[in-house]
Amino acid sequence: MASADSETRPGAREPTRQEPIPQAVKIIVAGGFGAGKTTLVGSVSEIAPLSTEEVMTEASFGVDDTGGVEDKTTTTVALDFGRITINSDIVLYLFGTPGQDRFWFMWDELSEGALGAVVLADTRRLDTCFHAVDFFERRGVPFVVAVNRFDGADDYGAEEVREALDVTEGVPILMADARVRTSCKEVLVELITHVLRVRSPALSG
Amino acid sequence: MNTPGEQRGIVLPGPVSAEGAGTGTSGTEPVGGRSAPWYRGRTHPTSEGPSPGVLAGDAPGGSLVRPYTMTRGRTRPSDYGPRLDMITIVVAVRGRAERPLEPEQREILRLCRRPISVAEISARLDVPMTVVKVLLGDLVAEGDVRTRASVPVTQLPEKKVLQAVLDGIRRL
Repeated sequence: MASADSETRPGAREPTRQEPIPQAVKIIVAGGFGAGKTTLVGSVSEIAPLSTEEVMTEASFGVDDTGGVEDKTTTTVALDFGRITINSDIVLYLFGTPGQDRFWFMWDELSEGALGAVVLADTRRLDTCFHAVDFFERRGVPFVVAVNRFDGADDYGAEEVREALDVTEGVPILMADARVRTSCKEVLVELITHVLRVRSPALSG
Repeated sequence: MNTPGEQRGIVLPGPVSAEGAGTGTSGTEPVGGRSAPWYRGRTHPTSEGPSPGVLAGDAPGGSLVRPYTMTRGRTRPSDYGPRLDMITIVVAVRGRAERPLEPEQREILRLCRRPISVAEISARLDVPMTVVKVLLGDLVAEGDVRTRASVPVTQLPEKKVLQAVLDGIRRL
């Protein structure tokens, strides 16, 4: 940790008189397009959700019809996020994943160092969160599934959703309403409790 | 990137509700009861763009300056500085003498009077994160800002951090 900080840089003037810098942590909110990711973020964030852009440069693939001049393409990905100040030393950021499959490369950076993830499931289109479930399982990122209740959607029980998504017993599945702050709080509490449970053998401090 | 998951599971049977299925719903995701998009800023032509109700930065319109003009063509910060990721927290060093700065750097320093993340600087200035990282790298090198990196990939979060987050969320 300390080695990655610049607080002890010799170039910084009077480093000892500077106030401590809070530590940031993040939670990922994944799910299909329109599943309610940004709604959930907005329900608990202390700021109106913000959108940032990441410009990614990828080696292009397929037919190279520019004679080797143009071998890279840039893609702009928008990320929506919110913030919760936990205390004077910790700030929590909630990042919604880009909803489109072609922005998968962005998930690597997003999931790096994440505390855990919420997979928001829309029972009208459950298949849209298969990718997210797979990704977090493979990466070992602890996650919970929150079934966002949409008006007009059939009500399914948690076990039906578990079976459809093929997630193990250890993964909590709960019903939620992304528009309701208390409901989103419950989802996050469930997630962190789950993270503490699955990480406890390996946790330090 | 391969897209695993195609083989996963089965879709629950049941009627697809008429309103709301498919792409027709884009833009109707409710945010705190607001239905009309009230974000300003430029559009996001190659992504799904910000959801309704999301602030796409405070800039009233898109800049006509290509982003990397601000960085004199550099697309990544110097390798010598601290690692900057989207939630690295940045704060301006107090008591620095005034000196000539690029407008974007001045804006960054203004935002950094209080601790702020790289992602938030990017959103508030409506400048891509990669560009913000390059500009910040310069400010770090000059000693204008200090940073605190997020927890490295290889390191698990500390239990006391998780417990504090849990307590903080419960207090919301």
